[in-house]
Amino acid sequence: MTTTPVLEAVDETLETQSRPPLNVIYEWLTTVDHKKIGLMYIVYALIFLVIAGFEAILMRIQLAIPNNHFVSPQVFNQLFTMHGTTMVFFMGMPILFGMGNYLVPLMIGARDMAFPRLNAFSFWISAFAGLLLYFSYIGGSGLYAAGSAPDVGWFAYAPLTSKVFSPGHSTDYWTLAVFLSGVGSIGTALNIVTTILCMRCKGMKMSRMPLLPWLYLVMSGIVFVAVSPLTAAQIMLTLDRYLGAHFFDTQAGGSAILWMHFFWIFGHPEVYVLVLPAFAFANEIIPVFSRKAMFGYPAMVAASVSIGFISLSVWAHHMFTAGLGPAGNTFFVFATMVISVPTGIKIFNWLATIWGGKIIFAVPMMFMIGFLFQFLIAGLTGIMLAAAPFNWQLSASYFVVAHFHYVLVGAIVFSLFGAFYFWYPKVTGRMMSETLGKWHFWLFLIGFHLTFDFMHVPGILGMPRRIYTYEAGRGWDTLNLIVGIGAIFQAAGTIVLVYNMIYSYFKGKEAGHDPWDAWTLEWSVPSPPPSYNFAIEPTVSSRRPLWDLKHPEDPDSDYE
Amino acid sequence: MSLLTGTAYAQSPTNIFDPAGTPARSAFGLSMLVLSITLVIFLIVAGLLLYALIRFRHRPTDSNREPAQIYGSNQIELSWTVIPILIVVTLFLTTTRVILGTEAIPKPASALDVTIIGHQFWWEYRYPKSGVVTANELHVPISDPASPTPTYLTMSSADVSHSFWIPRLAGKMDLIPNRVNTMWIDPEATGLYLGQCAQYCGTQHAKMLLRVYAQTPQDFAAWLDQQNRPAQKDFPGNAAATEGQAVFMKDACINCHAIKGTVATGRFGPDLTHLASRDTIASGPIQNTPANLRRWVDDPNSMKPGSLMPAMHLNDHDLDVITAYLSQLH
Ligand code: HEM
Ligand SMILES: [Cu+2]
Repeated sequence: MTTTPVLEAVDETLETQSRPPLNVIYEWLTTVDHKKIGLMYIVYALIFLVIAGFEAILMRIQLAIPNNHFVSPQVFNQLFTMHGTTMVFFMGMPILFGMGNYLVPLMIGARDMAFPRLNAFSFWISAFAGLLLYFSYIGGSGLYAAGSAPDVGWFAYAPLTSKVFSPGHSTDYWTLAVFLSGVGSIGTALNIVTTILCMRCKGMKMSRMPLLPWLYLVMSGIVFVAVSPLTAAQIMLTLDRYLGAHFFDTQAGGSAILWMHFFWIFGHPEVYVLVLPAFAFANEIIPVFSRKAMFGYPAMVAASVSIGFISLSVWAHHMFTAGLGPAGNTFFVFATMVISVPTGIKIFNWLATIWGGKIIFAVPMMFMIGFLFQFLIAGLTGIMLAAAPFNWQLSASYFVVAHFHYVLVGAIVFSLFGAFYFWYPKVTGRMMSETLGKWHFWLFLIGFHLTFDFMHVPGILGMPRRIYTYEAGRGWDTLNLIVGIGAIFQAAGTIVLVYNMIYSYFKGKEAGHDPWDAWTLEWSVPSPPPSYNFAIEPTVSSRRPLWDLKHPEDPDSDYE
Repeated sequence: MSLLTGTAYAQSPTNIFDPAGTPARSAFGLSMLVLSITLVIFLIVAGLLLYALIRFRHRPTDSNREPAQIYGSNQIELSWTVIPILIVVTLFLTTTRVILGTEAIPKPASALDVTIIGHQFWWEYRYPKSGVVTANELHVPISDPASPTPTYLTMSSADVSHSFWIPRLAGKMDLIPNRVNTMWIDPEATGLYLGQCAQYCGTQHAKMLLRVYAQTPQDFAAWLDQQNRPAQKDFPGNAAATEGQAVFMKDACINCHAIKGTVATGRFGPDLTHLASRDTIASGPIQNTPANLRRWVDDPNSMKPGSLMPAMHLNDHDLDVITAYLSQLH
């Protein structure tokens, strides 16, 4: 028993609190502290979550009844483009990077990220990219009266993006904004990888590292390999648009399929970039509220790493209807189905972690339970989509929209909300209200299922996605109405969350170091943690240093 | 929910689970297999989860001791690796069989060929053997197993990517510029099959609807024969139509539209040779009535905002006579 995480720390926080407000602003603008940068990422992403959520509501109002004239087709097309682009690049990625920024150094016993200035740069360039995207609404070429926000879809298929079909600057806003956010992502990924590989505290072998940093390591690896082709494709597209290159300009002999490959070589792994951190939160939260060690740690690591690799070889399952031919199709069917094996291992290991535990249904755990069920369903509809002939029917239909929102909202957003409730006391020193948390959970859960359960069915009844209206008599009407009502419940839930975060910041119960009786290093420092995290660099001798402290009679280290 | 979906199913003319042709039927068979396997997996895993959540919840009466810490078990983990692998292999082999059965079977000599060209936001259909060119409403013969006459669709796009999808007949296939894709359909009963473009293709992607008329071989032959005739030129007793024809030919209409046997040879818009024989205009959303035709020619964007046909700025008289002419193009 050599573990001695340090429980007291220098009281540097007091110093900042007594400063005049301007200095505080200046301090945030110039900070290189990983925790402040992490929080800025989270706040900026939450703002975009609200904006993109609002866009989703507008779309759902438009689709709630057939032949609706609530918005024009142009506006609708801008809405789904901005919604998708924002959710993926300006909500999902930044919020997960923010969580990683905050948690990874704390959990591996480091004082900061490996490159603090690069970290600040990555944040600011991503934030700028988000602003640039929305500036298109007022700063466009005036092609439409209300500016010219991008309207080519978040996938921006060629040749709809070429000059002939997309004159004006809307597509340029999309390209440049996503390009800059990619630069930021690659910077952050580099930072996370270096931090994890080089800055672990004494005694923390890779095999003792908590699962959260492991998953962020795999995620960052995917970011390198996946974001680079997207960045390349965007440069090529800009060359097409401004210097007369013909990569994707089909009117001059370019290739539309080439764009699809480039885009999905990014786009598919991107799903895993988003979902691996969600797994990471589940890996930390489920054991604590089941009061048990993670079941099958080595298998979890192996499954994550193999998901990382396989995810890079399945992209063309987004192209089953592009005419790849039987050989191409069967290859990608196989690769896609295989990925369900490591994913299944994860679900079973979580189940085994819960099994035999003493489950505490606190709000973070409730969100994790939602995560487990919804991720299970998402995985199963994923298998359906992998069966190419079934996919020929379902792709580009509302079934797909339902499927990927099960992943994006049902798994990722639920896990993220759980993580908010779990780590909020660490970040602010106060607990979030459990009562409001339960309201948030139930409103969101009901809304989620009304929206996305029912969305599968119009897909099966032949409703394509990205349509701004539809005629009556296809059997889609009632279903779309229910879907719209669900979206409103989700919005209500989100409002409760935001209220809870603000309310608890001022009125929440004091949290102390370790409110959940948890086991990893971040719970050994004060809440909120001081600037350099650890007054004395900690030393660990097992995967759960705080468990060892609390249970000297049954230390973890015996089980490695 | 099941009641609701039940009624929706019964009504929907685009239900993928109500197949009416071989490719859709074999996809349906596979779908049912995949659905039952995933349903069983769901019931087992969700059942175990629920059981665990109830059985192992913390009760106030519990002692304060932490539960036994279990770190893993190689046998158990191996079993939930091997069993999924077996399921995956089964699913993969079945899927491959359906893929090959749809994509890799030889084309029978009796097959009908149709070339489809996707346009923003309408469909062009060509029957290469007979030289017929039409738009938006596809006519094909039904096919019966005894003497199969499937229709082979060779497709490409003139502008951006589109996707051809008639859920009851077959899965979708994309129409991609500079690329030729193929698929086939073989409707087993006569009637109208609906669908729509499934690949986002710009402003009016939503109103790029599809209509496939499956006819008996006799009716189909008669239809082809009629479409093959040049357009009507003389309109005895119908001065308006005669004048409309002249107005059409001297206006910009002919830059974009073709009418067989006249000077109008435009290819940008739909071929109008037998326009009056179609039920709808503008690729489906609008009934083909004289009033709608008139309004369409006057201002297409008021009916289909974002349509690439410009408003023609004709005076009322010209609109009237052009409508009279178009209504005669049987
Ligand atoms: C209240 C929650 C949400 C609702 C009601 C909602 C609704 C929608 C709707 C109606 C569409 C358009 C579907 C179409 O016609 O293609 C859509 C597309 C999309 N959504 Fe969501 N969404 C929600 C949350 C999210 C979240 C959290 C994410 C990602 C983290 C997300 C990512 C996307 C993406 C990537 C698209 C595709 C955009 C495109 O087709 O270009 N959504 N969503
Ligand atoms: Cu289209």
